[in-house]
Amino acid sequence: MQQRKPTVGLTIASDFHFVELAEIVTKHVAALVGFDEDAAGWISMAVREAVINAIKHGNKQDRNKLVEIEFSFNADTITIKVMDRGEGFDLADVPNPLDPENLLKPSGRGIFYIRSFMDEVHFSPRPGGGTIVSMVRRKRRKEGEKKDADH
Amino acid sequence: MLTIKQRDAEGVTILDLSGRITIGQGSAQFREAIRQLMEQGRNRLLLNFADVSYVDSSGIGELVSAYTTLNNQGGQLKLLNLPKRIKDLLRITKLLTVFETFDDEAAALRSFQ
Repeated sequence: MQQRKPTVGLTIASDFHFVELAEIVTKHVAALVGFDEDAAGWISMAVREAVINAIKHGNKQDRNKLVEIEFSFNADTITIKVMDRGEGFDLADVPNPLDPENLLKPSGRGIFYIRSFMDEVHFSPRPGGGTIVSMVRRKRRKEGEKKDADH
Repeated sequence: MLTIKQRDAEGVTILDLSGRITIGQGSAQFREAIRQLMEQGRNRLLLNFADVSYVDSSGIGELVSAYTTLNNQGGQLKLLNLPKRIKDLLRITKLLTVFETFDDEAAALRSFQ
């Protein structure tokens, strides 16, 4: 029998003042699911970076456009969707920040961080316009086993 | 919110940073502080991260900007007392290979000589 998947939602205007709110809510939800403080910190940072991208590159800081954040979870997994109303983007156009020519660029590390901290990350077009970033992190037997950041 | 306290030792400007270097206010404060120091001709900077609780990709970007700007003008920027999480952020983006980092202030100051 499939486990119930509770959901929590947060909707914010496209203003950087609300980024910290998304971070705090994420930390609380991750703790509620049972992630330890360290893991909850990395998960909340991934969400923070996704929300910044949604505000900056997606909605282009248009306060009339909303960013929606949806958390669903079961005993072992948290799934977070960050959705904007922008024009979308092509992942192929995002440069690798680890390439020598990009190492000292002041921007372009957000998506890399998101991928580093989460187990799965998917980008898809949102029906009606915009982008959905869907991120999954599973609990580990002992938190900190896998991710680069935990080394 | 970021608090920046400035002191000088052995010809090096030390910035004791406290708080968050994140998109918006913290990053802007940091950028402005570096700009003012460079205007004053202070180009040997040691950033003390002991009381920095959080840095995001924007804050990392500001650090990289400060580093390259100072380097291009013959200056130096080094990092002191990096908390583990911030060190992790630098490590996974290969920036620990770029920045000189120290856990001991005296050793950091000696490295500028």
